[in-house]
Amino acid sequence: MTLALDTTPRVRRTRVLPGFRLTLGITLAWLSAIVLIPMIALVSRAAGVGFDGLIATATDPRVLASFRITFGASLIAAAINLVFGSLLAWALVRWRFPGRRLLDGFVDLPFALPTAVAGIALTTLWAKHGLLGSIAEAQGWRVAFAPPGIAIALVFIGLPFVVRTVQPVLEELEPELEEAAALLGASRLQTIGRVVLPELIPALLTGFTLAFARAVGEYGSVIFIAGNRPGQTEIVPLLIVTKLEQYDYAGAAALAVLMLAVSFVMLLAINLLQTWATRRHAR
Amino acid sequence: MRRPLLRLAAISLVLVGSAMAQAQAQTRLLNVSYDPTRELYTEINKAFTDKWKKDTGEQLLIEQSHGGSGKQARSVIDGLEADVVTLALAYDIDAIAKVGFVKEDWAKRLPFNAAPYTSTIVFLVKKGNPKGIKDWGDLIKPGLEVITPNPKTSGGARWNYLAAWAWAKDSNGGDEAKARDFVGQLFKHVPVLDTGARGATVTFTERGVGDVLLAWENEAFLALKEFGADKFEIVVPSKSILAEPPVAIVDSVVDKKKTRKQAEAYLAFLYTAQGQEIAAKNFYRPRDAAVAEKYASTFPKIELVTVDGAFGGWAKAQAAHFADGGVFDQIYKPGSR
Amino acid sequence: MRAERPSLVDPWPLRIIAGLLIFAFVALFLALPLWTLFAQAFAKGTEAYLRAIDEPAAWSAIKLTLTVAAIAVPLNVVFGLAASWAIAKFQFRGKQLLTTLIDLPFSISPVISGLVFVLLFGLQGWLGPWLRAHDIQVIFALPGIVLATVLVTFPFVARELIPVMEAQGTQEEEAARLLGASGWQTFRRVTLPNVKWGLLYGVLLCNARAMGEFGAVSVVSGHVRGRTNTMPLHVEILYNEYNLTAAFAVASLLALLALATLAAKAALEWRGRTEIAS
Repeated sequence: MTLALDTTPRVRRTRVLPGFRLTLGITLAWLSAIVLIPMIALVSRAAGVGFDGLIATATDPRVLASFRITFGASLIAAAINLVFGSLLAWALVRWRFPGRRLLDGFVDLPFALPTAVAGIALTTLWAKHGLLGSIAEAQGWRVAFAPPGIAIALVFIGLPFVVRTVQPVLEELEPELEEAAALLGASRLQTIGRVVLPELIPALLTGFTLAFARAVGEYGSVIFIAGNRPGQTEIVPLLIVTKLEQYDYAGAAALAVLMLAVSFVMLLAINLLQTWATRRHAR
Repeated sequence: MRRPLLRLAAISLVLVGSAMAQAQAQTRLLNVSYDPTRELYTEINKAFTDKWKKDTGEQLLIEQSHGGSGKQARSVIDGLEADVVTLALAYDIDAIAKVGFVKEDWAKRLPFNAAPYTSTIVFLVKKGNPKGIKDWGDLIKPGLEVITPNPKTSGGARWNYLAAWAWAKDSNGGDEAKARDFVGQLFKHVPVLDTGARGATVTFTERGVGDVLLAWENEAFLALKEFGADKFEIVVPSKSILAEPPVAIVDSVVDKKKTRKQAEAYLAFLYTAQGQEIAAKNFYRPRDAAVAEKYASTFPKIELVTVDGAFGGWAKAQAAHFADGGVFDQIYKPGSR
Repeated sequence: MRAERPSLVDPWPLRIIAGLLIFAFVALFLALPLWTLFAQAFAKGTEAYLRAIDEPAAWSAIKLTLTVAAIAVPLNVVFGLAASWAIAKFQFRGKQLLTTLIDLPFSISPVISGLVFVLLFGLQGWLGPWLRAHDIQVIFALPGIVLATVLVTFPFVARELIPVMEAQGTQEEEAARLLGASGWQTFRRVTLPNVKWGLLYGVLLCNARAMGEFGAVSVVSGHVRGRTNTMPLHVEILYNEYNLTAAFAVASLLALLALATLAAKAALEWRGRTEIAS
């Protein structure tokens, strides 16, 4: 289905295709209107606390504690998603079993369910009287209203990101490599570990980072299950809400900017990493 | 591909159009309130619109918005066009007054500090009171779990906190340090800090977490009604706080919308015998002496302190206890445990 | 099918262990929460369920949610097509930065997504006083809710389309151009058929997220019952009224909407596959 009319490498070719200015114009205008201008408003409001204020906010022990909780729980959740999400993607692509299509659809559920509903449902499930909560409680584990509860909510909302980034790459993977490895006498596990995994690394990284980035900002589902105790189960977005509650817009904006900066750096890093990986791959 | 998009656009235009057409029909009042007043104002709104229709022939539509008290006040400050605000604490209306939407003297424009009904803080425990909780002092018994919302995000929780403080201070001969110690210990018994009063009630009643819930008296009564008087009971402490949820007209909005007359009548209605009776039926303590007499058996007698008397007013209490770095934050300072 | 090649079949012990792990994971994190949702919704019987949904405030919330999605999704489709065309078909400096900026809304806390519009259009914000003077309501009205939804669902279509368009390359379009097709014709006849599944997938995800958004919308809605409450907000209100059955009923409706979208996606994909195969 591809017409190989042009076999010269893609270096600085003259633009035959139209619409570059138009589409880039639309993109930039829309991006500015919806993302950039509001973000500038946010940063300018945060400027109200000054640079010293920003540093003071960032180093406040309570803020630090909540950053630790937020990032810690997000990291754990993203790691869980990384392992199970890629397993799931593997099963969806490589195995044929009844209900596969249904499962494939199920994966997007966390995108679609309102976060608050997810939070309430998870709390119902994991609280003392809940189906799983009563089992956990009998073992002496507290899940809801404790850090594990936060991680569970974050696993839920981050799940589709890993599956959906790994899945297409697995589908595109050339089976010849694996066959060659098998012919050369590698066991299946060796093939997966030495041949498949390296190919998947960029996708795994992207999925992990997206799941992580999404988890860091999550509010709706977490507040129901977290317990919200300062220094123990209080997440950064809740601190922002707390600041707003005291009519401290500048303080809230300052915290928001801190979070935004972290997200931005993380996302830029994966995008660069991905370009680098693709380039290396293409060579 | 193009046609479904066009159709979508057409449908959305029609929907928007119809939504806008509806908006013009009748005089609307928007009452921006806090969480626990839903049931109260559903009933008040109906009674008042009936009465207004009978008196003036004008059909009113009173819309409600509920949420955390602070969040609601902030929405008004940011431009939510509320004709009246009925919030959990005077501090939140003061915040609206600070940007000039409500006149500074709002608390003096209506009787009783502009609070047409009052409430207080009581304990809700499991039926039969298995842990034998009788007063504030029992709350810090080893192993006991106390449920209260977060004072930083919930107006109701601030009343809880201040009531505990007032009791501890008075029972220790006015010693502030001992009061602080007691409140600090109390919050170490709190396993969940929900962001709002309703969330805390659900945590206690539905999730089965904790041994005692600190709640508005009206919320505790409502919980008995909703979740069964056979499962829970109310414990009245020896001393509590007089909670005065205030109401005010948002001057900037009613002047713009030309609804001052209706808004004033609406708030005045809260003070009438009929309004007071509805409040009492919804477990708010009425101000009107006759109505209070009638419902005397519902509301137990408690010694009540006021925020003005015990804490020198909301502005002071807020700054000392709930602002960033205040006493509440210090309780949770890492290492203070 | 690849999976049938003997050297690619995973050995049975591996399959069983991995299968059990996947089963446990899916049960714990997807199936059980969904089951809880429906179990709670029907806890008081079908009649209570229907009563919870057939109620004026619920209907107005449903209507508002559909309206918001019907406005926000097409806007993001147009944007997504433009952005992916520019990014996938052309080389230019700052591409990484642009892609990152498009990704950014994924990771912004919903609280912040709502807050920024309050800072911009609120009475204490930059444009608020001017808007008030001209009697234009942005936040605490439909436009604000749409804006917040657009921001939250911003990357979905573009993110879906960029890799597909990149994989497609530019040869086909260039060929069409050389054969004399206009730019618009090229796009419609060559590009669009090639990316339509990616586009559809993006639209469906965007739509699902648009209907389900809670945090950001909650900040800009004003929570006026029957007027500015979307379905997720209505769920919260019902929850706060101790009406847990009704809350879960409306929530289950949202889940059903989502599942219907996903079923539509599966059906379309299936049709797409058979089309390509034939």
